[in-house]
Amino acid sequence: MRGRSTSRRHLLAATALVACSLPAAQARTIRGALPWSAGEAYPPPRLSAAGWLFFTEAEAAAVTAMANRLIPPDELGAGGAEAGCATFIDRQLAGSFGTSDWLYMQGPFPAGTPQQGLQEEHPPNRRYREALAAIAAHCREKMGGRLFHTLSSQEQDALLTAMEAGTSGIAGLRDKSFFELLLQNVMEGYFADPAYGGNREMVGWKLVGFPGARYDFREMLDRLDQPYTDPPVGLFGRPAWTRAAQ
Amino acid sequence: MTRRLPSTDVVVVGLGWTGSIMSLELARAGLNVVAIERGPWRDTAADFPPATSADELRYAVRQDLFLRPAQETLTFRNNISQNALPIRRWGSFLPGNGVGGAGVHWNGHTWRWHPWDFTHRSSTIERYGADFLPPDNMMQDWGITYDELEPFYDRFEYLCGIAGKAGNLRGVIQEGGNPFEGPRQREYPTPPMRLTQAPTMFEKAARELGWHPFPNPSANMSQAYTNSYGCRLAPCTYCGFCERFGCGNYSKASPQTCVLPALVRQSNFEARTECQVTKVNLSADGKRATGVTYRDTSGREWEQPAEMVLLCAYQLFNVRLLLLSGIGTPYDPRTGEGTVGRNYAYQITGGATGFFPGERHFNPFVASGSEGIVVDDFNDDNFDHTQVGFVGGSSVACIPTNGRPILNRPVPEGTLRWGSAWKRATHENYNRTASVGIQGSVMPYRGAYLDLDPTYKDPLGLPLLRLTFDFQENERKLRRFGVDRCIEAVRAMGADRVIRNEITGPYDIVPYQSTHTTGGAIMGADPKTSVVNKYCQSWDVPNVFMAGASLFPMNAGFNPTGTVGALAYWAVDAIRERYLKAPGPLVPA
Repeated sequence: MRGRSTSRRHLLAATALVACSLPAAQARTIRGALPWSAGEAYPPPRLSAAGWLFFTEAEAAAVTAMANRLIPPDELGAGGAEAGCATFIDRQLAGSFGTSDWLYMQGPFPAGTPQQGLQEEHPPNRRYREALAAIAAHCREKMGGRLFHTLSSQEQDALLTAMEAGTSGIAGLRDKSFFELLLQNVMEGYFADPAYGGNREMVGWKLVGFPGARYDFREMLDRLDQPYTDPPVGLFGRPAWTRAAQ
Repeated sequence: MTRRLPSTDVVVVGLGWTGSIMSLELARAGLNVVAIERGPWRDTAADFPPATSADELRYAVRQDLFLRPAQETLTFRNNISQNALPIRRWGSFLPGNGVGGAGVHWNGHTWRWHPWDFTHRSSTIERYGADFLPPDNMMQDWGITYDELEPFYDRFEYLCGIAGKAGNLRGVIQEGGNPFEGPRQREYPTPPMRLTQAPTMFEKAARELGWHPFPNPSANMSQAYTNSYGCRLAPCTYCGFCERFGCGNYSKASPQTCVLPALVRQSNFEARTECQVTKVNLSADGKRATGVTYRDTSGREWEQPAEMVLLCAYQLFNVRLLLLSGIGTPYDPRTGEGTVGRNYAYQITGGATGFFPGERHFNPFVASGSEGIVVDDFNDDNFDHTQVGFVGGSSVACIPTNGRPILNRPVPEGTLRWGSAWKRATHENYNRTASVGIQGSVMPYRGAYLDLDPTYKDPLGLPLLRLTFDFQENERKLRRFGVDRCIEAVRAMGADRVIRNEITGPYDIVPYQSTHTTGGAIMGADPKTSVVNKYCQSWDVPNVFMAGASLFPMNAGFNPTGTVGALAYWAVDAIRERYLKAPGPLVPA
């Protein structure tokens, strides 16, 4: 359902000024009529759940294990692994989030105050690659030649807790800053629309009772403080709809 | 090589709220108008229909609709002793980009500011004495009064179809409205929106506390509305995807829903999108604008000559364009001299989050951007400040805009951030939480200003804007006072656990606070202390007019868009009725 080539014009435009290399056709003159036609909107990409676009198998196994400790499976529902958080992060790192294409990335990059915010020279794709390599080396060299995903749950929790506090001692890793990035992305993967590869079966939305992309809740104005009972819907509907069609 | 285009009557820089309103009014007056917008064309059907707009990750988290910092950002420091660094990703505020500007992704709170705001300096001195003003303040009256602006507030409200309840009709206080508002000539165009659960409880609690609650004036529609340009809006569906999103239902007043369908039909109007204006060109003596220079996406440079230039970009970028063009004298905080960049102000925010015992169904996802209840008792000079020791104040409001779960799933203090305990707390509290917040005024200070950064540049090689700002003691006191009120309210609503939301350190560019940045090209009565006169006309270059929140000499405890819209109508009225008849300064310098 990807629209015509013009439908992605605003994505292209933002990078065009940076690159100054696209043809002049991007700039537009508008007069006389609103410049759109039906079906021009571009939906989010519909992602295949299979395979990895950015991670190696080993990286994917480590991130899957991390996601499953940050959001463990329990009686309240699926954990980060089953929810597809690693798939979500993989797809994000393969796209404009991973490359920081939309952000201001010109130097210099001196250390700033906390109030000055993000001053990372390297985009998330490189930060993940280097951090996962450092964590793998740590597990191999300091934890008996193992991998993160073969540590016990207790050991995984202890390592993540230490990273959060900045006391993991993992060589070559700014552990605290990577932990924040990881936690943010795992939570995004658990609660974002399933179209992005995580939140499978809408487990994140079911955990809190968020009905998703329903877009009309006026009926609830007559039922204040009453439970909302309809199941959640994503931008592409619900898994049950798709299954029924098969 | 710069290519020179045929001259036009008016060139408008930026096609958001002010650019579209002023373009339409001047095109209807018969002038040829060219609007130049650095972002893309955007419209409901193509860019944010319901099928794609309910996407929290894309719009609220990855910031799809905002200006991309790769294209332009600014640098920031707390004070002049620091080295400013670029804002690489938006946090504290979210500047718009593209046709419609921030009017696409706003929440729609549409206020008239108090009569006090426009005379805040002289009124404060009159009531409390000059010693009551905070140290290093640059407070100054606007050079315009509420009464002068009233008809233009009315025009903007009727353009948007604002849903609300009058509190003061021609001097008579109205039950159910805001008793502290300035007198208005007539009711709001549409009735208030229906309330969801948290505001219902807040309204009751506020009355019990002896306050004066009333419905938030809303640009989300309570019913269908057709404005005077013939543009139609539909009732809001409480979808919970408003601020940071475009509205797929045509239920939020925006340039797209209220102005552009009429504007684009004007044969004497033309928009050029994805073209960045880099400079206002001046005559050899610097006293007259001859047009603008812009670059298209191929990097090609064009000159658009014009008889008149209207700067209608976002507040920050209007100021940058003045500095890049050499219009006016840059402000110097060391000497206090110069005008361009002075009186930058922001808003101070905070509040309280309450966790409620027992079976509760707040259903936070049932929400519009603007539906809620506000209390104005503690704002501006609506109460005696003698004992509190600060100038200004804040609105106190319960306006639950969404339950989108990536960014909005509060847990009580002391909860771990991950693991099973986090998961249980998230599950238990999502639907049992309500918040009350403040939006506080910020006075201008000598050390808070905008200038050009000496180090960092945009992709075209032009210097970025530099912001130097921190909160002062006056505003910190004001916030403490306001947050205390929020805690009283949340407790009165029945919460048994309460989080105090108050960032106490230096102003921090990371957490979202408010997109209400103001000042830098302020209006006033004296060319030594203001950039434009009361008609928003440049003192230095009289065929340049300005719009937007860069005009504000201070910032109030209300959202700015109502005043931004009113000033656009006020300025375009002055252009049409006075300037066009005798082009030249409308106020002698």
